[in-house]
Amino acid sequence: MKRFTLVVGLVLVCSVVLTALVSLVWTPFDPIRVVAADALLKPGWPHLLGTDAFGIDIVSRLMIGAQTTLQVGIIAVSIAAVVGVPLGVLAGQGSGWVSEVVMRASDVVYAFPALLLAILFAAAFGGSTWTAMAAIGIATIPAFARVARAGTLHVMASDYVLAARSCGTSRMGIAVRHVMPNIAPLIGVQASVAFATAILAEAGLSFLGLGTRPPTPTWGRMLRDAQNLLFGDPLQSLWPGLAIALAVLGFNLLGDGLRDYLDPQLREVS
Amino acid sequence: MTDPLLIVSNLSIDFGRHRRPALTDVSFELADNERLGIIGESGSGKTVTALAIMGLLPETATASGSIRLRGNEMVNTGDRELAPLRGNLMSMVFQEPMTALDPTMRVGRQVAEVLTLHQHSAKEAARSAVVAMLARVGLPDPERIADAYPHQLSGGQRQRVVLAMALVNSPDLVICDEPTTALDVTVQAHVLATLDAVLDEANAACLFISHDLAVVSQVCDKVLVMLDGRVVEAGTVAALFNDAQHPYTRGLIAASRIDQLEPGSRLPQVEDYWKGNDA
Repeated sequence: MKRFTLVVGLVLVCSVVLTALVSLVWTPFDPIRVVAADALLKPGWPHLLGTDAFGIDIVSRLMIGAQTTLQVGIIAVSIAAVVGVPLGVLAGQGSGWVSEVVMRASDVVYAFPALLLAILFAAAFGGSTWTAMAAIGIATIPAFARVARAGTLHVMASDYVLAARSCGTSRMGIAVRHVMPNIAPLIGVQASVAFATAILAEAGLSFLGLGTRPPTPTWGRMLRDAQNLLFGDPLQSLWPGLAIALAVLGFNLLGDGLRDYLDPQLREVS
Repeated sequence: MTDPLLIVSNLSIDFGRHRRPALTDVSFELADNERLGIIGESGSGKTVTALAIMGLLPETATASGSIRLRGNEMVNTGDRELAPLRGNLMSMVFQEPMTALDPTMRVGRQVAEVLTLHQHSAKEAARSAVVAMLARVGLPDPERIADAYPHQLSGGQRQRVVLAMALVNSPDLVICDEPTTALDVTVQAHVLATLDAVLDEANAACLFISHDLAVVSQVCDKVLVMLDGRVVEAGTVAALFNDAQHPYTRGLIAASRIDQLEPGSRLPQVEDYWKGNDA
């Protein structure tokens, strides 16, 4: 029971990853080709979850959608971590004003929701997977910077950093050799949680037509297409909605489970 | 005659205007190869003195006076100038062996850090120096211990590693901040004997901070007694034991001689001799 969240999270995340990997080489039907005769079939055989308004197999579209979801998640979280973590460490190590400047700048970015940035980017460069990833990534930078800063402050107050300084290790050396490895678990947890947020943001952007361009299927756009049929064929919106919900839940549970697993203090309490 | 290794003169340190100063007008000297003990209760300014000599005071501290180590002024000097001296000229042994080692780093790499920093030694050279040093501080199977993580070692072993870290680059001055307080008494005796031997071997001077008079008298020739941020007494260990001037010191000595008491009689306390400045 103790590791329940971790296990469930892992199972959900692994199934999304596995689905995306399989879809790279195989899907049951062509996820793009329109077959007018097969439109809006009910779930059954051979279309397990039925077909959409264009007669395309929903299972196939969901599988390809997992690819986009993961791609956006991975790149957005990477952007956020690669920029946010060093900034956070700098703020945690630096003297008063460095820390102030970095944290107030991150507050400013924090004030812009990913959606707003994505609309801005879409207006400037035209909506695409890349603008969505960049917008989500940039909007997530403050979250990483804050976690990294908090972890750095904690590590910098430790005796082993004092010991390293007493050996003459430079600020940079302490950051790379002592701070980074010690805050890595925190960053891992944050990455998992940020991944969930990124999936949600990506779905929202696709729903609004600001993300990946058609015809590549994404969960968000499948939801939007199904919206018109909400009363006629509600199952159409259920499948992509379920996929988004399970993926988000999976990464959130994974993050929570990891945190409980890695943080000894929390572990003792529970 | 050459100048002493370390000259501390009129050192005062405080943390903000509204708090009692941590140190007031502290002065002492330490020659090469000499060992000076600093004793005093918690909050008497022992550790702050050590950190000031290392140039590792927190940013909130303001210091005045002077600390000269081999002619280098340490007070109010920037990190950039001090970093090359740390680990080379002076090094420090910390109190808590459980927290003084980075849990994510192999012990050998941690000890080697100071070598690669100051001597730019190649990896293999540093490694063999580290293993030799670990052997010198009395660790069995140093090859294996160099590859271990801190959580795989016992408290005594860790403290020996911390000792190795401080001594591997042969500094002129080793500051030991209560190096044996966190250890149990038998391990403490072993570590002290090791410290004694390695200090001799390395020809290093030592500033030994402790609240334990017995421990200090085992390692040091001279003692400094601190109380509320001031030096109240200084002299050789023998002089202190035979002819203490300050009532606080007499209290400390009485309290350390519990082995000479009749069983069942009341234990002497420092308060019997010294009621504090308020009284």
